[in-house]
Amino acid sequence: MNTVIKDHSNAAAEFLQDKERARWHDETLWFVRAKRDKAAHNLDEWEALRNAASQIKEHTLSMLDDYLLEFEAKAKANGVHVHWADTAEEHNQIVYDILQKHKAKNIVKSKSMLTEECGMNHYLIDTGINVVDTDLGEYIVQLRQEIPSHIVLPAIHLKKEDVSNTFHQHIGTEKGNKDEVYLTRSARGVLRQKFLTADAAITGVNFAIAETGGFVVCTNEGNADLGVHAAKVHIACMGFEKIIPKAEHLGVFLRLLARSATGQPITTYSSHFHQPAKGQEMHIVVVNNGRTKQLGREEFRASLKCIRCAACFNTCPVYRRSGGHSYHNAVAGPIGSILAPNFDMKKNADLPFASTLCGSCSNVCPVKINIHEQLWLWRQKLMQDGYVSFAKKSSMKLMAGVLGNPSLYRVGGKLAREAMRLMPWSVNNKLNPWYKQRDLPAPPKQSFREWYIQNKKT
Amino acid sequence: MANSGFASYTDGCDKNFVQNFSGFDYVVAPSGSCVLHVKEHLHDEKIPQAAKHIREHIYELTGFLTDVLKLDSITANFPFRVGMHTSCHGQRMLHLSSMSEKVEPAFSKAEQLLSGVKGLQLVKPKRVDECCGFGGTFCVTEEAVSVRMGENRVEEHEDNDVDYITGGDTSCLMHLEGILKRKGSRVKVIHLAEILNAQ
Repeated sequence: MNTVIKDHSNAAAEFLQDKERARWHDETLWFVRAKRDKAAHNLDEWEALRNAASQIKEHTLSMLDDYLLEFEAKAKANGVHVHWADTAEEHNQIVYDILQKHKAKNIVKSKSMLTEECGMNHYLIDTGINVVDTDLGEYIVQLRQEIPSHIVLPAIHLKKEDVSNTFHQHIGTEKGNKDEVYLTRSARGVLRQKFLTADAAITGVNFAIAETGGFVVCTNEGNADLGVHAAKVHIACMGFEKIIPKAEHLGVFLRLLARSATGQPITTYSSHFHQPAKGQEMHIVVVNNGRTKQLGREEFRASLKCIRCAACFNTCPVYRRSGGHSYHNAVAGPIGSILAPNFDMKKNADLPFASTLCGSCSNVCPVKINIHEQLWLWRQKLMQDGYVSFAKKSSMKLMAGVLGNPSLYRVGGKLAREAMRLMPWSVNNKLNPWYKQRDLPAPPKQSFREWYIQNKKT
Repeated sequence: MANSGFASYTDGCDKNFVQNFSGFDYVVAPSGSCVLHVKEHLHDEKIPQAAKHIREHIYELTGFLTDVLKLDSITANFPFRVGMHTSCHGQRMLHLSSMSEKVEPAFSKAEQLLSGVKGLQLVKPKRVDECCGFGGTFCVTEEAVSVRMGENRVEEHEDNDVDYITGGDTSCLMHLEGILKRKGSRVKVIHLAEILNAQ
């Protein structure tokens, strides 16, 4: 596991060094974005659906405490154990205690970004519990001791030959065989055994319904269902923003989720859980972990509307060219860049700057989060709270001085034009990041102002 | 400055801007990005009305020509293959054209104007409205990604065998030109205003 954190810009530059792989990454994710476009354009009511989803989420966030308590009461009445965790540590401890109570040693997990956020795998594995990620992509990154680089396509940074090597090393597939059917079947062989021998299953939650106390888990591989039905104990972990008021709202979100994520009309499995089967136990852990803080930040509150479809990842021209690991956060991409500073402004101060503010993220967002505006607002906040470098601050002060003083601006402009003309090396050098891979425009002989005064019709 | 997190440093610059542009019916700029910033953020505590008037009457050039002047004939002549670069702020925030992400009727104010230019053959890149990677200070703080984005844009236009890449934002064009020149491409950049003025 990588322990040294590089800032986004340096990590991205490294990612781009392998030009062909970077191109493949960009094109693959663009293909997913294009599939999303096609799916969206097939529904005349697409924008109306987005509006509805956005409004349901906004309403829910405004009455979150009520809906959470309603959900708890209904779930308990259904025979489900409900736990509340204020922090990541508390979440991990609760899961650990449940597993201890059942002397559970072998755990199968389906994809849950919340457990990634809480660092649960490491926590449990350190105590001697075996946790296996059963989503194929997550299984691959787990074997490689990496974190997912994408919240829907966890191993999208890897190519078939990487998977072939990883499987050869860890589960003994033939060296050099990169046939995808062979590799998938091999993984399935190993995972089926894990499902059959698991003591407990952990899943995430896509939607929790206050009205019924039930919840929905969406997968394309059916791995959540396999795990849950085979094991004695089911633990579902959810961030508290996963709540929606009524079952009738599900239709809005299920139609948007898969179309936005992969261009499918619906996920292959949308599994509805309401109560434990006979002889089984069901637990739900509802997690805060900084979410109340984000809820209290008025300008960033809307980030909690996120349904984790990753459409903003796939459309982001920066994400596609920098890879998920360059964001050094469980959730990468544009949405990660507005969530991460809430956890740790110092560590994640670079992320809101990993964007050109092109706005495509906000346009694809199925719940209409103003992502690019929040990126802009985080930049202001990080500056005001002292998380930008002294050098940047000084150069901005200088710029503010020049732009606020017309005569200084004129003299400065003239000097710069002359300098570029007479001493091109003063800007055309390796110390200027613009010049590294780009030429500068030829300096104009005169400024627009000078030209205008000369040519003005009197 | 504001896009880099320093919106709080812009008082002097804003004051200067309000002074320079007070008393005009309209302010027109050949850059969607600049117009957007003024529209959203220009302020002057001493003369808030003047700042408000500018915010409400500043236009990006193509929007001004189609919506205020309602230009219906263009006399320009530009017999070349021209690739259209759609700049993000003009498109997604000023709505100068429809957006590929949204389910909405297609339109483009720039294309509406260019369609009237004699001899001009307009060609769109495969990814019609992907960002070029300029992004203000992003172009130097995220140099590697910025350049890669620009290179990809340029490649698509080169594949279309265009003579020129045009657009409404000088900064995007400067970035693309820097990349074209470095690779020694025969493709040139030209601002939309220059085409509309060409004889």
